[in-house]
Amino acid sequence: MKSVEDLLKLKEEVQQSLALRDEGEKIRVVVGMGTCGIAAGAREVMSAVLDEVAKRRLTNVAVTQTGCIGLCAQEPLVDVLIPGKPRVTYGKVNAQKARQIVAQHVVNGIVIREWVVNK
Amino acid sequence: MEELALHLLDLMENSLAAGACRLELKIREDIAANLMAIELVDDGRGMEEGEIKAALDPFFTTRTSRRVGLGLSLFRATARQCGGDLTLSSRPGAGTRVAVIMELNHVDRPPLGDMGATIAAALARELPLELYYRHERDGKVFEFSSTRLKEILGDIPFNLAPVLTWVRDFVNGGLQKLYGGEDRL
Ligand SMILES: Nc1ncnc2c1ncn2[C@@H]1O[C@H](COP(=O)(O)OP(=O)(O)OP(=O)(O)O)[C@@H](O)[C@H]1O
Ligand SMILES: [Mg+2]
Repeated sequence: MKSVEDLLKLKEEVQQSLALRDEGEKIRVVVGMGTCGIAAGAREVMSAVLDEVAKRRLTNVAVTQTGCIGLCAQEPLVDVLIPGKPRVTYGKVNAQKARQIVAQHVVNGIVIREWVVNK
Repeated sequence: MEELALHLLDLMENSLAAGACRLELKIREDIAANLMAIELVDDGRGMEEGEIKAALDPFFTTRTSRRVGLGLSLFRATARQCGGDLTLSSRPGAGTRVAVIMELNHVDRPPLGDMGATIAAALARELPLELYYRHERDGKVFEFSSTRLKEILGDIPFNLAPVLTWVRDFVNGGLQKLYGGEDRL
């Protein structure tokens, strides 16, 4: 059970790590949360991304969701936006793939080509 | 959808798509009356009368990428199957209210599911969202308020993983208490 004390501790940790780096633009991970995405497991994908990013204590990563992007057959969809690089969209992501996307792409900048959706 | 929490995330996405900045979600479980009542109120752009009727028709949607809207009609079908119904009330400019009732112990009623993950997913946004969630079960109450969270966090945004995982676990822990430690979430 998480408590308000845990939240205060977390706040301190985040503040410290934000103070360590010069406030550059954040990496963004965006999960598509339309009906098709939700039905295909987008919420579990988001949960896995959150766990992986939190575990690695990456405070330069913002995790957000967005409504339907109109690629229903490819849901769940995950976008990775690294400042200065082109947006990469992954399709048919599950929790396990999501963790790998964080480990390889977000952390090391290596795109996992075989999961990228061709628009 | 296998969980009520997934239907609710889907409803909240509708609200966000309608430009809502404030969401209020209330769930009440009354064991004696065998009733589960859910209410979601938003301050989005609202709907015209004709739009309300059409919104419950699976072949109507204002979306352009697909010709059928699924969310509301799907949830209504589930509610009706469980001896209840889904009703919409809305006015242009005055927001929207979705109300769902179901028989609490109906065999077809989906389990509540991972409400923590649903609340965390709704808050994972660039634009701030005000979200209040109240869950009452036989007189016991759990409450979550993003306003309170914001007060504590100050200028730290919600969309950071440590914040959202805390929200998820806090909500699920609080609900677990309502269920008296039963495994059923
Ligand atoms: N909270 C709301 N506020 C305003 N309009 C709404 C709201 N919820 C639903 N609507 C309207 O009702 C329509 C149908 O909603 P529904 O969720 O069933 O399908 P959809 O959102 O269009 O598509 P999807 O299948 O992706 O959910 C929407 O297109 C929208 O015009
Ligand atoms: Mg919808």
